[in-house]
Amino acid sequence: MCDTCGCGDPELVAVDVHERILAGNDRTAAHNREHFRERGVVAINLMGSPGAGKTAVLEATARRLDGRRLGALAGDLATDHDAARLQAAGIVAKSITTGSACHLDAAMVHRALHDFPWRELDYLFVENVGNLVCPAVYDLGQAVNVVALAVTEGEDKPLKYPVMFRKADLVLVTKIDLLPHLPHVRVERIAEALARVMPQALCLPFSALTGEGLQGWLAWLAKVLPSQTSQDRAPTAPALAGNRLEPGVVQQ
Amino acid sequence: MHEYSIVQALIERVEAEARARHATSVHRLSVRIGDLSGVDVGLLATAFTTFCERTICERADLELHSVPARWECPACGREVGSGAMLRCAECGVPARLSTGDEIVLDRIEMEVS
Repeated sequence: MCDTCGCGDPELVAVDVHERILAGNDRTAAHNREHFRERGVVAINLMGSPGAGKTAVLEATARRLDGRRLGALAGDLATDHDAARLQAAGIVAKSITTGSACHLDAAMVHRALHDFPWRELDYLFVENVGNLVCPAVYDLGQAVNVVALAVTEGEDKPLKYPVMFRKADLVLVTKIDLLPHLPHVRVERIAEALARVMPQALCLPFSALTGEGLQGWLAWLAKVLPSQTSQDRAPTAPALAGNRLEPGVVQQ
Repeated sequence: MHEYSIVQALIERVEAEARARHATSVHRLSVRIGDLSGVDVGLLATAFTTFCERTICERADLELHSVPARWECPACGREVGSGAMLRCAECGVPARLSTGDEIVLDRIEMEVS
């Protein structure tokens, strides 16, 4: 009650907060990030539409990344198919079944780490739920964000989903083996669209089927290992500056 | 529809503040949402209407302020237009988002006994 004047009206109090609504998620993500940094594990948040080829990218990576230990947490709404595919490819993998949730958050990743041998890894991929909207909003504690974008998705996809592509450190333009069947799609125009939404635009054309682009991808992965990056890898390490994409130019 | 999980986090934050101050109800919440935050203001309002029932926020007005995305050159401060190549035409360096990614609870107005 207002006891200044004795009128009996309830007292209204204004509290200035000025805090991110997802501050709780941010704290858990920072906790995850600290774990990864202490153990020298590079955590990579791999995002993209359903069917963009995220799992195929990891399968192809496992076939060629000799001497490095790969692990993956695969976010999936209803099945553990992706994790099974990854295990068959030789990747230590575990499913995070989200039910109806359209994204992973830092707490889901943290819980999944509890009975997962992540400390032994060089790279921990977090294959996010297939979705170009929600996953971009949640920090998981990753060092870098990689987005898979298939050539079949159209040249203007980056312009339609600027929030996702703004957060990307690297975009893998996947399924380029299909380009001969897509006469109206040019990778240069995808790269140009990316340069309008992604300030440090870096993209790599990639085919899990033919292996094209795999060398560039493996070279990029080597650059984000702890020994070759600054202590705090967010934002992207300066070591990558030489690979930055000029507007409309595609890295080979 | 991550707006639902954002509303849950918002209500939990407000409930904690209200408990700490022995509030009996919440009158108004002031929230800032950036155009490039990935949060849809309309969906957030709908999610709030759904989730505020039987919480301390039940009769609260949710005041949503949209913040436009603004890109600028980190070197010279020149504005880089949204939709343009995100690189300063003068300095050649990548642009930086100065506003537009906010998902922020600014203020709670509550009634205390």
